Amino acid sequence: MVMREQNTEDPQKVAEFEARIARGESIEPKDWMPDRYRTQLIRMMSQHAHSEIVGMLPEGNWITRAPSLRRKMTLLAKVQDEAGHGLYIYCGTETLGVDRSELVDQLLTGKAKYSSIFNYPTLSWADMGVIGWFVDGAAIVNQTVLAKASYGPYARAMIRICKEENFHKRQGYEIIATLASGTPAQKAMAQDAVNRWWWPSLMMFGPSDANSPNTAELIKWRVKRKTNDELRQRFVDQTVPQAQAVGLTLPDADLKLNDVTQHWEFGAIDWDEFWAVVKGNGPCNRERIAARRAAHDDGRWVRDAAAAHAAKAAARSQPAAA
Amino acid sequence: MPDDPSGTASNGADTQWPLWEVFAQSAQGAPYQHAGSVHAVDAEGALQNARDVYSRRGEAIGIWVVPSQSITASKPEDTGPFFDPADDKVYRHPQFYKIPRGLKGL
Repeated sequence: MVMREQNTEDPQKVAEFEARIARGESIEPKDWMPDRYRTQLIRMMSQHAHSEIVGMLPEGNWITRAPSLRRKMTLLAKVQDEAGHGLYIYCGTETLGVDRSELVDQLLTGKAKYSSIFNYPTLSWADMGVIGWFVDGAAIVNQTVLAKASYGPYARAMIRICKEENFHKRQGYEIIATLASGTPAQKAMAQDAVNRWWWPSLMMFGPSDANSPNTAELIKWRVKRKTNDELRQRFVDQTVPQAQAVGLTLPDADLKLNDVTQHWEFGAIDWDEFWAVVKGNGPCNRERIAARRAAHDDGRWVRDAAAAHAAKAAARSQPAAA
Repeated sequence: MPDDPSGTASNGADTQWPLWEVFAQSAQGAPYQHAGSVHAVDAEGALQNARDVYSRRGEAIGIWVVPSQSITASKPEDTGPFFDPADDKVYRHPQFYKIPRGLKGL
């Protein structure tokens, strides 16, 4: 899309827009908005949509090996939900004047980012439990706040998604609770998954506030309502008792309850690892994009066939041209 | 990376298909409300995609799909002038009329 310089925008319009935000009004697709608001939303929403789509891959890995029919049905339904969530958010992003095909192209060519959590491998069945519990749990913390975002289509997509993700989190926790109360080998499998996913899950909230240049602007425009660090703390506070309840430990020797603030304090996050994964050097970055490209290319004949069918049907329904 | 390394795809531009707006009825007697949009080649495909995207948990008992380009909408900048004819017609509301106290059914 065409980017205009911010300073060419009518200051009165910007002031009116910011007054609407301050009054808590919802911004709708055809309303006037600063270019920067539009581009920030397109960036955020499309990254979010891509995350839902790429997020199907780590879990898809275990569908054929789910340990029971109940678990397989659940996992299939969850992965299908993630596809739906991607579509809700792409649809919301399109209201900002960008085509979905353009966004998909940015993902397939590696130009677009998505949540770095999905660049980690799913090595055991317990990972399916931990993904639901941690990854969907972290996503819910994030999305519950985004459901009050100033852009109407984004907020509405988040409300729909949050309702559905409660199932994701609970099914994940059920898997972990079952393994944790099983044989020693099963409990060890659950603990191993917790150990591998804990820190990457904390990184899902993004860089700490000191290193998050976009945050101030996004909060001013009520796209974000809480900072990355505030949301991360909320996630830690809710997850620690859940781990204790099933007798699993979180891999952080510095984790302790602050009696005064009643918050769980946690150790330092390895930001070098975070940035390495964001920049494309996580364990599965290349594999994920290769899988998306293959799916897109292999599906092309279906898209072509459907388009050909629709064209023929349309031609049949029209009277022959004179 | 070439667009089509396998060489199996047909010629012609890949497409994401036309956009359709989806309206869903949540329960018997409820109004149809906008749910979102889907891409589909035709109306039948749009209905099926709308069902899969917007009603995986029985959220709808009826769905309409409409080509997005067929919708005509009021413009935000016209909001004031377009709707203000209603602003000075308070006599369209029952509270405008004075009725003796204590009467029922009025």
